[in-house]
Amino acid sequence: PLAAAMAAKRGTDEMRDRVVLGEFGVRNVHTTDFPGNYPGYEDAWDQRRFEEAFRVDIIREEEGALEFDMVGIDAAIANAFRRILLAEVPTMAVEKVFVYNNTSIVQDEILAHRLGLIPIRADPRLFEYRNQGDEEGTEIDTLQFQLKIKCRRNPQAAKESSDPNELYFNHKVYSKHMTWVPLGNQTDLFPDADFRPVHDDILIALLRPGQEIDVLMHCVKGIGKDHAKFSPVATASYRLLPDITLLQPIEDEAAEVLQKCFSPGVIEIQNIKGKKVARVANARLDTFSREVFRHDGLKNLVRLARVRNHYIFSVESTGILPPDVLVSEAIKILMGKCQRFLNELDSVPME
Amino acid sequence: VQADGTDGNCVTFVLHDEDHTLGNSLRYMVMKNPDVEFCGYCITHPSESKINFRIQTRGALPAVEPFRKGLNDLMGVCQHVLNTFEVRLLPEERRGL
Repeated sequence: PLAAAMAAKRGTDEMRDRVVLGEFGVRNVHTTDFPGNYPGYEDAWDQRRFEEAFRVDIIREEEGALEFDMVGIDAAIANAFRRILLAEVPTMAVEKVFVYNNTSIVQDEILAHRLGLIPIRADPRLFEYRNQGDEEGTEIDTLQFQLKIKCRRNPQAAKESSDPNELYFNHKVYSKHMTWVPLGNQTDLFPDADFRPVHDDILIALLRPGQEIDVLMHCVKGIGKDHAKFSPVATASYRLLPDITLLQPIEDEAAEVLQKCFSPGVIEIQNIKGKKVARVANARLDTFSREVFRHDGLKNLVRLARVRNHYIFSVESTGILPPDVLVSEAIKILMGKCQRFLNELDSVPME
Repeated sequence: VQADGTDGNCVTFVLHDEDHTLGNSLRYMVMKNPDVEFCGYCITHPSESKINFRIQTRGALPAVEPFRKGLNDLMGVCQHVLNTFEVRLLPEERRGL
């Protein structure tokens, strides 16, 4: 009876904490730990219990990418952060392109589309959103850039050369040719600012002698929901921490086969008393190809699962804002949404 | 926000300009409330960005209360996540990297 009770508790614990990958499907996908579902478990929301169990670990931080772990949070909220990072953190991007002269082969609208997708290094928190019907743009919501370039033939080029780099000047239009044109009092508002595209070497168009491009661009603040050019992340994704359990000891050749079934570094073979025994060294590295289910001898000896509340986030920024700032902004935006509805609840009387 | 329902216990809130981002996370926080008998949300049509968020409470509790508590709890969660994240970003924590 005690053993049966322990086994039952292990079973419910597994149902609550782990998402199990079976041979033909995934089990225990939905969150079930709501009050009333499990007798004997305290499931009602308790801020203090949440704060004790919650932690954030920063795993790797590079120039434009951040990998961090969030432990103790539920899928709904982790997904909300991911969705906000992709679609609701604002950035500045080119919205209106005034074409004064475009004699290149790239059509006006294609050129405008390409210019819109170029990431602009400008902190969007310094700017406001443009008002709905406003066509002109004021200095607090618009950044103006100019791209004026003309291709000429190089008189010093050798007669037989066919290399365009030698024959022509300015035949490749890069994003470094975009120059900032301050509007109004922007030179006073941003004295040290250097507004330019994040990358200098984005190829916009190709020209030949006699062709020129003369455009003026207005950048506004927007969010990814409106147009994907405003998305500040190259991508933001998360995965759950893998949890591999060996249900029985696996030895010798089976251990070798097991090691090949998983990503390198996951399974380690130790030599215990002359026999080779497999051990799970680092489950985190695994990408879960489920190769082990193709081996009939091994598929019942391993349990593949994921820890339900341990999220490994990977945020890669396009360069406009560093990824840690992006995550902080995303959390603040979710708070702002809640605050907006709380304010409405308080102001509008409910009948 | 609009609300309509038969009595104060079952209320459907219509939240404009919202989608799964707030809907699912708010539904999770409201479901964690033991006084709530039913909580769900749906997106009426994918072309319109509004959600129907329904709460039914046990007993005589007006449904606005779990809604308000859910929003406050979600704010608390976000605040704590933000604090924890920013603490981890501080230079003395990062040195351990």
